[in-house]
Amino acid sequence: MPAFFFWIFAAQMLIFGAAVIINRNPVASALSLVVSFLGLAALFMCLDAYFIGTIQVLVYAGAIMVLFLFIIMLLNLRTEELRKINWIASAGGAAVALAFMVQIFAVIQKFPAAKQALPPLARPTSDDVHRIGLTLFNNYNLPFQVIGIVILVATVGVIVLSRRETR
Amino acid sequence: MITLGHYLVVSGILFTIGFAGVMLRRNLLIILMALELMLNAANLSLVAFSRFHIDATGAPNYNAQVFVFFIITVAAAEVAVGLAIVVALFRLRQTTHVEDITALKF
Repeated sequence: MPAFFFWIFAAQMLIFGAAVIINRNPVASALSLVVSFLGLAALFMCLDAYFIGTIQVLVYAGAIMVLFLFIIMLLNLRTEELRKINWIASAGGAAVALAFMVQIFAVIQKFPAAKQALPPLARPTSDDVHRIGLTLFNNYNLPFQVIGIVILVATVGVIVLSRRETR
Repeated sequence: MITLGHYLVVSGILFTIGFAGVMLRRNLLIILMALELMLNAANLSLVAFSRFHIDATGAPNYNAQVFVFFIITVAAAEVAVGLAIVVALFRLRQTTHVEDITALKF
């Protein structure tokens, strides 16, 4: 995979990720998040993870973001009016985030494997659905069924939460 | 040449953007979106490590990709429940602004 693909898609993901938290209009934030996730899906494909990239597009950019847009529409949210900003709290939050990033960079700097290039693959991973399916059902069968229960409980919980009280 | 460190640094920056969003924004929906950014940053570093750790047959380590699959599933459930809570809260208070929700404030 040529290196400039990495730079293009990483820049796309980070710029639109920053746009998510900078935009004041929630619809603009949600659409920036879709573009950011598409860049991330492209990065997954640069890493030869075609199945993960595909479900990133289908589940995140498709399903989850449509859910966000529906809720924004349902709540009829507009661009939030400027309130009095608590500058001390904002500066504290930004300082914590910055300190966190410095820590991550320090850890990566100390990590010897981070300076190695990605090793070449023996053959293309275009059959990784097959491989992931084998791993999922052989080694992770119980977690897979537990995750099914989690989805079921979440579905029931959403219905209970969004039901109107009938008295 | 793109190394493992490039992907880890990009993932760290994405996580920091999400973290800053949770710390700085006051709209519940934007906070949920920033949470999604953080989950995806973790996914990116997991897939980068999966690609980095080649096994004996020369294939990527698929355990990490199965883990990413589970994270995406849990994130979908979390977003659905979180948005349902936001809708229930909006019906009760007509706001999604966190500074208007002070019932538990001491």
